[in-house]
Amino acid sequence: MEVKILSEKFDIENAHLLEVAKKHGAYSTLDKLFAMEPAAVTEEVKKSGLRGRGGAGFPAGVKWGFLPKDTGKPTYLAVNSDESEPATFKDRYILVRDPHMLLEGIIICCWAIGCNDVYIYIRGEYTTQVKVLQQAIDEAYAAGYLGDKVAGQDFRVDVTVHRGAGAYVCGEETALLESIEGKKGQPRSKPPFPAVEGLYSSPTIINNVQTIASLPFILTNGHEAYTAYGTEKSPGTHLFGISGHVEKPGMYELPLGLPLMEVIDKVAGGVWKGRKLKGVIPGGSSTPVLTVEEAKTVTLDYESMAAHKTMFGSGGIVVLDETVDCVKLVENLINFYHHESCGQCTPCREGLGWMKKITKKLLAGQGTLADVDLLRELCDNIEMKTVCVLSAACTMPVRSYLDKFRHEFEAYAIDNVSADAKLQGN
Amino acid sequence: MSDRSELIITGKPFAFDAERDAEFERLVKRYPIRESMILPALWLTQEQEGWISAEAMAYIADRIGTYASKVYEAATFYTMFNLEPKGQYHICVCRTLSCWLREKQEIVDYLAKEIGIRPGEISEDGRFSLEEVECLGHCGTAPVVQLNGEFHEEMDVDKMKALLATLK
Ligand SMILES: Cc1cc2nc3c(=O)[nH]c(=O)nc-3n(C[C@H](O)[C@H](O)[C@H](O)COP(=O)(O)O)c2cc1C
Ligand code: FES
Repeated sequence: MEVKILSEKFDIENAHLLEVAKKHGAYSTLDKLFAMEPAAVTEEVKKSGLRGRGGAGFPAGVKWGFLPKDTGKPTYLAVNSDESEPATFKDRYILVRDPHMLLEGIIICCWAIGCNDVYIYIRGEYTTQVKVLQQAIDEAYAAGYLGDKVAGQDFRVDVTVHRGAGAYVCGEETALLESIEGKKGQPRSKPPFPAVEGLYSSPTIINNVQTIASLPFILTNGHEAYTAYGTEKSPGTHLFGISGHVEKPGMYELPLGLPLMEVIDKVAGGVWKGRKLKGVIPGGSSTPVLTVEEAKTVTLDYESMAAHKTMFGSGGIVVLDETVDCVKLVENLINFYHHESCGQCTPCREGLGWMKKITKKLLAGQGTLADVDLLRELCDNIEMKTVCVLSAACTMPVRSYLDKFRHEFEAYAIDNVSADAKLQGN
Repeated sequence: MSDRSELIITGKPFAFDAERDAEFERLVKRYPIRESMILPALWLTQEQEGWISAEAMAYIADRIGTYASKVYEAATFYTMFNLEPKGQYHICVCRTLSCWLREKQEIVDYLAKEIGIRPGEISEDGRFSLEEVECLGHCGTAPVVQLNGEFHEEMDVDKMKALLATLK
């Protein structure tokens, strides 16, 4: 089932070094690129159907089309390498194993959108990864692929790495821009959208690492080669991260559209320790959980996920075995999102804190059925009442556990037995 | 959000060393506004000193030509900026979903027993500090530990024990 489009060079030793990467085709699309009109490049990307791989799945070429013309201001590209959504661990493979694919993609995007200044926003925890990326950038400058004359053309591309410092919210595109401007990562109200008024109040495109890294393949081989993989509405391949209770967790490149259970069983070795499946988180911790029944019918593409009232998200699949306590899992989720709230909006800052307290109370064996209802009501009251969707990234999954595994929450409320006591067999 | 409002005043002046000074000057040219240097300058400070004092923040503000409050705003918002010295060996254990599912707690409990510190604490001899952090982007090889920034994947108590042994 696995394919090697983006991951073609991942197993080649030292493919992060320019010399090795070049031997395997890095930067070979540039001749073709510079012979094309920028608009034709955008058109090719539109036809490929490439969708944003950062979580929202917005068509990349369409987004580029939102840039206003002749504003007299520079256009910026911000590459989102924040990779902080729990269960997401795909972009770092690109950064470390094939950074030149990312840089080539950046040059392609820059040519298409008329951009000369690029910032790669990388999460601060990626200490070793940032070194490999910077080394690749330095090599690309030395070889003339970046700088004033890209591959000898009268076209400048400067790439600067900007390190985050431990804030999940900076993955949200406008918080990311604030962070590059030197501020705390508090998302901006939209509109204006970044394509119109983004970094330094100038037109800005924000794309995920994997989105940009998909460009060299599309341009080299043409959009048909890309749409040959995946489904009609979800073309191409994706770097899926499979974690949790499976025998062989890891990152696998797969075409979109495969049945989820087949992937879990055949690619990831099935549920670990011979245990039974309880549920699956399909696309990062913020996506609603699927029950076993739902998992059996869903396929790994945007349409099927939507039909199952969940999301494709970032392709971070988490497998939950029968031993998982959903109330404890929800506590873990709420702790994360509450900790990562930027503090700007009251419903998020206070509401997630309130949800945390209720869950704690339930787990201590001190909750009531009214608390379970209150938790559910809070989800509805917090969502969509904040500047960004970080709060929804918490309430959407929490609501799904409350609706699909409600008996587990009620059990804590009715039996009034704490999680600790349960563990000791009382 | 967490409370990170306390700053430490050392009573000693701060300045970049020659290497960081050069790096600051290289980077400042990459941005159209000087305020964009706030995060990079905080990183340079932390690389040099291991943490960021009140004096360092004032120095950064001065270097950039901005208000100290802006530097303070960033330094206190971003949790990776250490506002106090950490242990010689700073251990971060991921506590989020996939690591939690694959028993990260056993590692935290082991460390509490072995070096006597809980998350958020520094050992009395200053050798170790322990922190529980959020998802480190290595969920496929959970549970994950970072030791002074280096990743250690697929950890368990035995591997943690072996890792600690290399430090003694
Ligand atoms: C709270 C929050 C966190 C996010 N984190 C990330 C992230 O770590 N990486 C990423 O690429 N996109 C992240 N996004 C999505 C970005 O806002 C944005 O949609 C994306 O970077 C656009 O690129 P794409 O169209 O190529 O996917 C996040 C969004 C939110 C609301
Ligand atoms: S959950 Fe621990 S690295 Fe992602």
